[in-house]
Amino acid sequence: MLNKKRDWRSTLRQSLVPLLFIVIIALAIPLSGFSSAHLIGEILARFARDTFLAVSLIIPILAGMGINFAISLGAMAAQIGIIITQNFHIGGIGGMLLSALIGLPIAILLGWFAGSVMNKAKGREMISSMILAFLISGIYQFIVLYIMGGLIPIQNKDILLSRGYGIKNSITLEIKGALDNLWSIKFKIPGIMRPLSIPVVTFIVIALACVFVVWFKKTKIGHDMKAVGQSQRVADSAGMKVDKIRLQSIIISTVMAMLGQLIYLQNIGTMNTYNGTDQTSLFAAAALLIGGASVASATIPNALIGVILFHLMFIVMPNAGKNFTGNPAIGEYFRSFISYGVVALALVMHAYSRKKAAEEERKALHHQKAKEKLENGEAKA
Amino acid sequence: MTKLKHAIKSFGHARMIILIFLVVLLLIAPVFGVSRVTSLNDMLTRFAMNAVLVLSMVPMIQSGCGLNFGVPLGLVSGLLAEAIIWEYDIPGAKGFILAMLLGAAIGALMGMFYGFILNRIRGDEMVIATYVGYAIIYFMNMMWLTLPFQNPSSVQGYAGEGLRVTISLDNHWLHVFDDWPGEPGKGVVLTIHEFLNGEWIPQELKIPVGTLLLFALLALLMWLFFRSKTGTAMTAVGSNPTYAMAGGVSIKKMRMASVVLSTSLAAVGMIIYGQSYGFAQFYTAPQFFTFPTVAAILLGGASLNKASIPNVILGTFLFQGVLTLTPSVINSAIQLDMSEVLRMIITNGLIIIALTRKGEKDAK
Amino acid sequence: MALLEARNVGKDFSGNVVLKDISFSLEAGKVLGLCGENGAGKSTLMNIIFGMPVIHETGGYEGEIVIDGEVVHFKNTSDALEAGIGMVHQEFSLIPGFTAAENVMINREPTKSNVISQITRQKKLEHVDTKAMLDSSQESVDKLEIELDARTLVGELPVGYKQFLEIAREINKENVKLLILDEPTAVLTESEAELLLTAMRKLSAEGISIIFISHRLREVMDVCDQIVVMRDGLIVADKAKKDITIPEIATLMTGRNVDMEVQSDAEVEAYMPKGDVILEIKDLFVDMPGEAIDGVDLTVHEGEIFGIAGLAGQGKLGIPNGIMGIYPTLGKIIFQGKEVPLNNPKAAQEMGISFVSEDRRGVGLLLDEPISWNICFNAMQIQDVGLKKFLFFKIRDEKKMTEISQRYIDELKIKCTGPDQLVRNLSGGNQQKVCLAKAFCMHPKLLLVSEPTRGIDVGAKELVLEALKKYNRDNGTTIIIVSSELEELRSIAGRIAVVDEGEIAAVLPATESSAKFGLLMSGEKLEESAS
Repeated sequence: MLNKKRDWRSTLRQSLVPLLFIVIIALAIPLSGFSSAHLIGEILARFARDTFLAVSLIIPILAGMGINFAISLGAMAAQIGIIITQNFHIGGIGGMLLSALIGLPIAILLGWFAGSVMNKAKGREMISSMILAFLISGIYQFIVLYIMGGLIPIQNKDILLSRGYGIKNSITLEIKGALDNLWSIKFKIPGIMRPLSIPVVTFIVIALACVFVVWFKKTKIGHDMKAVGQSQRVADSAGMKVDKIRLQSIIISTVMAMLGQLIYLQNIGTMNTYNGTDQTSLFAAAALLIGGASVASATIPNALIGVILFHLMFIVMPNAGKNFTGNPAIGEYFRSFISYGVVALALVMHAYSRKKAAEEERKALHHQKAKEKLENGEAKA
Repeated sequence: MTKLKHAIKSFGHARMIILIFLVVLLLIAPVFGVSRVTSLNDMLTRFAMNAVLVLSMVPMIQSGCGLNFGVPLGLVSGLLAEAIIWEYDIPGAKGFILAMLLGAAIGALMGMFYGFILNRIRGDEMVIATYVGYAIIYFMNMMWLTLPFQNPSSVQGYAGEGLRVTISLDNHWLHVFDDWPGEPGKGVVLTIHEFLNGEWIPQELKIPVGTLLLFALLALLMWLFFRSKTGTAMTAVGSNPTYAMAGGVSIKKMRMASVVLSTSLAAVGMIIYGQSYGFAQFYTAPQFFTFPTVAAILLGGASLNKASIPNVILGTFLFQGVLTLTPSVINSAIQLDMSEVLRMIITNGLIIIALTRKGEKDAK
Repeated sequence: MALLEARNVGKDFSGNVVLKDISFSLEAGKVLGLCGENGAGKSTLMNIIFGMPVIHETGGYEGEIVIDGEVVHFKNTSDALEAGIGMVHQEFSLIPGFTAAENVMINREPTKSNVISQITRQKKLEHVDTKAMLDSSQESVDKLEIELDARTLVGELPVGYKQFLEIAREINKENVKLLILDEPTAVLTESEAELLLTAMRKLSAEGISIIFISHRLREVMDVCDQIVVMRDGLIVADKAKKDITIPEIATLMTGRNVDMEVQSDAEVEAYMPKGDVILEIKDLFVDMPGEAIDGVDLTVHEGEIFGIAGLAGQGKLGIPNGIMGIYPTLGKIIFQGKEVPLNNPKAAQEMGISFVSEDRRGVGLLLDEPISWNICFNAMQIQDVGLKKFLFFKIRDEKKMTEISQRYIDELKIKCTGPDQLVRNLSGGNQQKVCLAKAFCMHPKLLLVSEPTRGIDVGAKELVLEALKKYNRDNGTTIIIVSSELEELRSIAGRIAVVDEGEIAAVLPATESSAKFGLLMSGEKLEESAS
């Protein structure tokens, strides 16, 4: 009875954020004036583009390390892979696979580094992962801007800055649509000019990522990660190598993010070499959290629902803002405010419940013992 | 003697490397035709510009709230105060001082808001501060657009739809403190003859006396505050909260006070920055202040729960020194502008070192 | 042949000897009761047997541990587990978000291979076999004869069940031969404890040996075949159950500590109550984790030194911490006729009560601040000591603080480079003296001292106790001293209250016999054992 009541409450709390967003979006869609056909088309494209990245955040959360803001390290690994394949003019699915192959060792290395840093900053994993993303971004920029075309020879003049070294800020990718166009179903719906296309292969790859995460949770190592995530002390006393397990979760996350960025870029078709990874973790995290995930628990449905809700908001907000206030910038600022705000809110909610739980635990101790005494008739009048 | 040894030991590798780097840059500057006097001039100006912002980190670090990644809350308060004072068109030193007072007041309110959150959470304070800071910047962006500002020098276009992205301080209080007590528009300038490119050239070294004095005053007040009963209690809360609690100090009150103090001071710092820089930058600009400010105080030797005025002075000087010298010297030396990349690596590298330093929190 | 044999085992921590020449043996299928006060060396001995890394890291141990006739050298707990030793620590090692089954089988989950694990040949990638896990853990739970569905989340279980689950986890391990249970009944109700004893008998009947550590001597007598009593790192008795009685065990446990002088009757008289009642506690509840107090009444008179004794975890520390308001408290505290506001450290100190905490590094000191800060901080916050006027407000008077600190440094003979030295760099004994100085500096009317000699060397111990006595003599300050070392209390206090299970068992004069104290601390009622 008591449990049911609590379940009901915790379910409500978990779905509070998604519900809030459904309300915001429900209000904003009519204001935006977009047709549902347009929205469906946009959402399909963005779902294919962004879901994989959001899914890549799940495993570190399982291991109790919170949101891995360092997934942009994986994204950087992907971009280095792309620059190198682009150098050899390899496009299509072959280029995509080669980029992944080059990106893989880089992602593993960066993931290992990030995991080690986070192990050294226990209790401060999230802020460390965030700062780490900025730090590695600096090093990445150094390599791409000064070393490439210099120490690392680049033959493809199209991607090189005119000064002879350094990669251009914006590159049109030869792997554009490599995955999306492999097999896509196009169909026309009335009221929209462009036929809608469903990138089947991309969706299959996303489905595979989801299956992987679900499968992984059931393996021995996934189970261990869950144990470490719940209590490092207990996991340690049960003989688990806690730091190694945490490290592995970050490496997996980084590698998944590398693949996610490849999917993202082949969909967009152009690469923003220097700032392209700045918002990667923000958007992925905001999407996941809007889907009802918290810093301590995240599931595949959280990611899927979150990506749809977040990007719906992203699409409609500028227009809704413009039609509502007459100023398009308002909507844009509002969606950025919401992105950052929702991450802040989720973090605050988690830290708040953590504090509450600690206080409750102490209270529970007292009342339980006192209650027993009363029941045994031993308490003094 | 032991104090000295301790000081050298605690100076730290990162700081040592940066210090040596800075000294080497200064030594080789003339070889590449870069004037040392001009460099020093830039360093001084930027020191005066940033010192109060870095100083604003101190209360929160001391009370154990950690590095204040929520500094944008203070920055937007300062900007808001400036915009309001301009609305009433109060120019010169009077307007400047009024803006600082108003900024401090708005900052205090903002600080209360963040302190309220901070006292209800446990763990992840720094990452929460960062995101609250970002969120407030975008919230204020909407405000800059919609608040009914009307002064033509502040708003965009004829229709007056929101504040401009950058507002020049020419008509307001540009350099009023920087130039004081010298002639307005010129300031206190020393002329130094420097041997450069094979000849002696006279170089100008401007000393922003007024701004430096203003910083000195605020630093002195801060120093006094941390010697007061409340300041002592605040330090104890940062050093060991349980100890302070057992001593009858309210941890929540102290944390709240420190956040209010830090945020107010950040607002003042922003206004002082604008006074020297010559422009007030609205919209997304405040987000670029957070990490350099945090990094500066860390470079000065602060840890996650200990910071002092010397940390502020040393840190600001070293950090701004690197920022000004690297582009000029390195660019002249290898014809390559790496300053931006270098800034990113140094800034974030310093923060990572502080976050991963062993025994920072575990020692308790 | 004995299952476990210790041969001349000894252990010191950087020169500080905690175990000397320990020899005993335990047959298969027998239950051994291990008794002793806190600090008698029980935990260290168990840590050696269980291969806790702390032993290896601090230079190993002397002598030999023999299991099944083979000398073993455990470097970590996995070695011990492999040899068939299981241990249930006082602190639970359970994950609340996991089911009972997942907890019982933690890190030993049965797995099933799948395509990917076969291709990669990685055992880590095999699936956890939930069904097998449930069956196996349910079997272990059933063995303990408690009603519990292994699918239940541990977070939703009452405390007693968690204790059983800890044991279920240990016996679930295939080759378990020896089970070490450290105070398993401490968190159980009486009926639950009874169930546990039954389960223990059943396990021993199945051939599993058990080492049972408990302060409840009745339980020890109830279930054990053999009883070992330890004191000061030595085994003082190793007897079969039929050859020993509860009063004998109690006497052996608390018996005279050689290097501590018990006071003469005249001395005790000096610290007996004479003056008016200064402190009256009525129905005090203190929610201090691990040291909770459940309804305590106590009266302390002006000028006396009042001792509070009790074993760890019984709640003696809860009393001073409750009075000071450091942990949540209920009840009534009357000091000098006025009610002390609860949960308000500031008010308690303003009324003239000072506290030296048992948690020196956690509560008592600012490790990263100088000695002068540590000594003067409370006095400054409460009584404005060490402040001077500056313009329109007050700032720290560093000179005054140095002066005050120097006085206490001289008086208490604190070994340091001066008042500016950071407290972190002081030895334990000197840190403790700083804590005392901090309390003295407030000139309290009532001084609460908690575990003043814990973790400091013998020389410093005597200095600290002497300083307290002197302070009482010179200033007439009432002192309440709480300690796990009974002999220490008997060397300083007039009356001593014994705390057991969160309540006061009795208040006795310090001259009362060791046996009586020992019995009270072991949860025996005096009348019962006398009969």
